[in-house]
Amino acid sequence: MLSEINYLLFNSVVVVSFVASAVYLVFFFSQREDLRTIARTIFIGSGVLQSFYILSRYIIAGHTPITSQHEAVVFFAWSVTWAYLSFHWRYSVRNFGTFVSILVFIMLLIAAMVSREFHPLAPALQSLWLPVHAGVAVMAYGFLALAFCGAIMYLLQERELKSKKFGFFFSRLPSLDSLDQLNNHCLTAGFGLLTLGIITGSIWARQAWGTYWHWDPKETWSLITWFLYAAQIHQRFTLGWRGKRAAVMSIVGFIAVIFTLWGVNYLLGGVHSYAQ
Amino acid sequence: MPSETILLLGVNHKNTPLEVREKLALSGGYEDPLEALGRVDGLREYYLLSTCNRVEVLVSASAGAEVERALAGFLFGDALTPEQYEKYLYCYRNEEAIHHLFMVAASLDSMIVGESQILGQLKEAYRWSSKLKCTGPILNKLLHKSFSVAKRVRSETQIGSSAVSISYAAIELARKIFGSLENKRVLLIGAGEMAELAAEHLVGNGAKDVVVANRTLENALDLAKRFNGRAVGLDELLEQLEQVDIIVSSTGAPGVILHKEDVKPLMRNRRNKPLFFIDIAVPRDLDPALNDLDNVYLYDIDDLNNVVELNKAERDKEAIKASRIVDEEALKFKDWLAGLAITPTLAALREKGDLIVRAELERTLPRLDGLSARDRENVERMAGAIVSKLLHDPMLFLKSESCKDQSDMKVDIFRSVFGLEKKQ
Repeated sequence: MLSEINYLLFNSVVVVSFVASAVYLVFFFSQREDLRTIARTIFIGSGVLQSFYILSRYIIAGHTPITSQHEAVVFFAWSVTWAYLSFHWRYSVRNFGTFVSILVFIMLLIAAMVSREFHPLAPALQSLWLPVHAGVAVMAYGFLALAFCGAIMYLLQERELKSKKFGFFFSRLPSLDSLDQLNNHCLTAGFGLLTLGIITGSIWARQAWGTYWHWDPKETWSLITWFLYAAQIHQRFTLGWRGKRAAVMSIVGFIAVIFTLWGVNYLLGGVHSYAQ
Repeated sequence: MPSETILLLGVNHKNTPLEVREKLALSGGYEDPLEALGRVDGLREYYLLSTCNRVEVLVSASAGAEVERALAGFLFGDALTPEQYEKYLYCYRNEEAIHHLFMVAASLDSMIVGESQILGQLKEAYRWSSKLKCTGPILNKLLHKSFSVAKRVRSETQIGSSAVSISYAAIELARKIFGSLENKRVLLIGAGEMAELAAEHLVGNGAKDVVVANRTLENALDLAKRFNGRAVGLDELLEQLEQVDIIVSSTGAPGVILHKEDVKPLMRNRRNKPLFFIDIAVPRDLDPALNDLDNVYLYDIDDLNNVVELNKAERDKEAIKASRIVDEEALKFKDWLAGLAITPTLAALREKGDLIVRAELERTLPRLDGLSARDRENVERMAGAIVSKLLHDPMLFLKSESCKDQSDMKVDIFRSVFGLEKKQ
């Protein structure tokens, strides 16, 4: 019964997210204001459904559902969605929602394609630290994904301004300044959470395995990601790094994030591997 | 026979190449051409417009192919034969002429739709025509109406507001770079008129703090005073570049005055805050390679022109709205003109009625004896009432909208029926 609801919930999450990004796309092309309100409402609906889906998996599995590939990606999409919505509540950036909703939809599509099986959790990992560590890390990824979207928008707009060929994006994308600020805000929030994620992870590792750090591939790559972002934030504070370079660095950082999340598991294995 | 025809003949940038327009552009002012135009037979009122994009004559005349031919001859002189100019010349009559005039005034027929210069040129041309007493009641009314149509189009549509000017395009670009212009600093290099205009736009959009750098400090001071800004010498340029955000360069220097290598080291001190260079000088003041630097955006006059083009689509949408206004106003004017055509007839009929009443009273009253002053008055009033009641319905018919398209014919029949003399 519950697993059927669970199944239906996930399908509706994918469908609603698809509709949200479709309406956002139509809005992006037509720039009709009424469509934006509709798209945002649907996107909020998608966020709520994602929360319910994660909740239903939590009830079925009996632990925080972040132990399989499928669950991790859904969690990632969920964090991007809510990072965006919480962010949006404070201030809005023109047409940002279109890019974010598409990214979320792509993630959910990937989640739909991998196995949705439940995996039992190793006894060592059954701890309150699981939701804390995984939650914080995934929220960090959410904000870094927003920075990634903002960086792509920045590069598109900057290219039109530099080449002086004003095409499709020029009128639709916001000013360079607001995109740069967006990048800065999301990076600061994302980097703070990422730091916190690494700290909680190492405390938990000490409890579970007895050492704070044991160079598991995931840990190593998290550290590399952390250094990439730390370097960028340092440069911004000291030299005023901004604009194109900052945008490119955000994209590089995000690729590292994706690799940490997926690539490590497929290519390198280690204690963080979901399926044992 | 139709009484009065409004004729408009001319050539414009759309179907006449520059080489042809050059031959007939009346560059020597309006005085002589208007005088020459006055010698054309059959014109009652006339007016002439000559700009770099168009030459048009607008006349009110007794219609006839001869008048049109004579006007074409006037326009082209000996430069082209009728066979040659046939494909260039357009000729509009009555409603079409009114419509075209309104389109021109509203800047819908301009090369850059929505530009406001044409209205000034129209007013200037009208000033000459009326000064030399070439215009009369019809053209006066028509031209004044065209000015108010232009005003209406400007206030009811956005046609003039999108970037039709270089300065506006610069503002739009600055907004895409900086978001808002609030508290942005402006540096003017060169103190010319163009720089002044650009600065005016920038300050009008929120920029603060204008610095003027010029070879002669005196001119810089004058311009800086206008914006409560500061003046500096050209040798302080690099120092200023560390502080400002938007630079408008318009010096008459023969070569490049600011190189990429000069600006590159500055960016570190600026903490990479964006710099927006606008080079409106010809030849260019600024090194085109500046655009290759990170966070530096350089636009020259051609680039800005492209932005102006970009906004064309938006303008075209507004132009549809504007031409609806023009259609509406042209119809209204046509009605006024039709009304004008029947006014003399109505007056003549009224006059005829009055004459009959007076003549009959003069004949009858002396023959009536013993009438008191009050009786006399009553008789006079009765005679007047009979005539005016009898004429009431015919007059209504004349004013009515029936057979609108053949109002000339209607007036003629009306005149025959009532035995009014033919209109001159």
